[in-house]
Amino acid sequence: MTEDILTITDLKKHFVIGHNGLIHRTPITVKAVDGVSLSLRKGETFGLVGESGSGKSTVAYMTVGMYRPTSGTIRFRGEDLFDGSKERSKRHKKEIQIVFQDPGSSLNPRRSIKDILDLPLRIHQPQKNRLEEIVRLLSLVELPPEYMYKYPRQLSGGEKQIVAIARALATDPSIIVLDEPTSALDVSIQGKVINLLIRLQQEFELSFLFITHDLSLMRNVASRVAIMYLGKICEVADAAEFFENPLHPYTQMLLSSIPVLTEEEEALKPVKVESRGEIPSPVNVPPGCSFHSRCPYAEAICKQVDPEMKEIRPGHTVRCHLFASDRSQA
Amino acid sequence: MTQQTNLSFSGLNAQQIKQLERESRREHWGRAWYKFSRNSLSIVGAVTILIIVFLAIFAPYVTPYPDHATKPFTDFANASQPPSLEHLFGTDEIGRDIFSRTIFGFRFSLSMGVIVLSLVVPVGVLLGLIAGYYQGTRIDSIIMRTTDIFLSVPSLILALAIASVLEPNLSHSMIAISLMWWPWYTRLVYGQTTALRNEFFVSSAEVTGASTAHILFREILPNILSSIFTKMSLDMGWVIIIGASLSFVGLGVQPPKPGLGTMVASGAKYLPDQWWISLFPALAIVVIVLGFNLLGDGLRDLFAAEEV
Repeated sequence: MTEDILTITDLKKHFVIGHNGLIHRTPITVKAVDGVSLSLRKGETFGLVGESGSGKSTVAYMTVGMYRPTSGTIRFRGEDLFDGSKERSKRHKKEIQIVFQDPGSSLNPRRSIKDILDLPLRIHQPQKNRLEEIVRLLSLVELPPEYMYKYPRQLSGGEKQIVAIARALATDPSIIVLDEPTSALDVSIQGKVINLLIRLQQEFELSFLFITHDLSLMRNVASRVAIMYLGKICEVADAAEFFENPLHPYTQMLLSSIPVLTEEEEALKPVKVESRGEIPSPVNVPPGCSFHSRCPYAEAICKQVDPEMKEIRPGHTVRCHLFASDRSQA
Repeated sequence: MTQQTNLSFSGLNAQQIKQLERESRREHWGRAWYKFSRNSLSIVGAVTILIIVFLAIFAPYVTPYPDHATKPFTDFANASQPPSLEHLFGTDEIGRDIFSRTIFGFRFSLSMGVIVLSLVVPVGVLLGLIAGYYQGTRIDSIIMRTTDIFLSVPSLILALAIASVLEPNLSHSMIAISLMWWPWYTRLVYGQTTALRNEFFVSSAEVTGASTAHILFREILPNILSSIFTKMSLDMGWVIIIGASLSFVGLGVQPPKPGLGTMVASGAKYLPDQWWISLFPALAIVVIVLGFNLLGDGLRDLFAAEEV
């Protein structure tokens, strides 16, 4: 078993979005992330999957330090990233990088590709010949050196995202958080970007925390997959196990709703669960198991008690009453 | 990622890289000039401003009677002459050449605009960047509430108050205008900064550990410069008008110095018979303000097109 290089423990992020009452002001909070624990191993791709509003991007933003957690810890090789001090360590800034979803917004339209790639180098590798480094970074992502003097508006969406990947590589990180890196791209480009990411991962032993809503993409890319629903993780498993033997009703529902072309493909789906309803507002999370309002198997207990995370098989954990204690054979 | 590499493996040497940089810069400015030049009104504005600036700088050499503007001068024999070949804009009530005095008057108007804006813009922009970047914090509310207070004081009345306390002259009226003007830049920059700070390129710089100064001046400011330049060009016209108004009521350029507003005021007594004494300085104000407004409109269109 390879080492865990990132450990997230009981991570919470509650946003205050307003107040109730005039005198006794009780804050209205959104529990965007409400007790997430996961670990990322060296060199692996961990897929964090969820619908919009599930809190998956908030986990990504906390991992790179854009938000401070309300509670819980994020440890990089055992070192707490938000260790009381106000400023994150320079090591954190270097070792954990991010690629954002929207390549249009992630590159400054007024700065050339050279300037964009120069910033992380200037901060973290000032002793190197930065022009050489920029050319090398561009060649790593298979862009010609002439691109140095282009501006973002002269690039296609896919090329912008590739530049964003090169920028993330510039600090020589161990972990790259990929926040839906391909969802804003044309389908024809998505495969190219994914293949580039996989090649870079092997070349530099990178660990990816891959945030996405695209389950079928995770089948090919991730080594482990976690499903998030309303700020909580419902199920974590190795990718193969996850797609062959999904346990949580929500996972089953998501897998059933992957669109397919042929009946043969349809027959490959492990369990079929009709999708119903939409994700409730995170301001008003249902009591008990947050999924009970959409769950076809919901029972009385589901409406009252929030289930605990439970390991059903080695490496396969589920948060669901259907698998609680004595009924785990189900 | 530690292996040493050199540029040669990319198939480019240092000289070719420099060449690329030059080409990209030329292309950049070439495109900007092309867009600007297609708007004929902005070219008219820019040419007008260039001519006025040239005339103002070389006023002693291009005017027929520089002494009439720079020294105490009277020539009652030639007083109140209508426009002629000898005196293009005529002469005023004590015989001074109005054409020469109008050209010298541009100096006061232009320097007023330049000095006021160079005081106001850095302060206003810096405060707007800071307040916008720290939106929602105490710094934000202190800066923006101060801005509101300054905006609610009418500038002409403040200028009158300052003039009644201090001696009425050009620098005091510039102080009065500057005090009232910076909040507009703070507001402009604040609004755009609050939008830009949520862009992912700002987050990306923060994640990597860029300094706040880098984020404010290198990431955010370049995206706002176009609005700032456009506003500056339009504001030059406004400052000149206000400066002329203050001179007209006696709070700006003091006679016998040839402020455009001062000249309009002193000629007003002789309207309508000796119309040229007021009319030509007034037209000069119109031309210079129009020039800056056309230029500002052209810049706005240019930058708007570049966003795409």
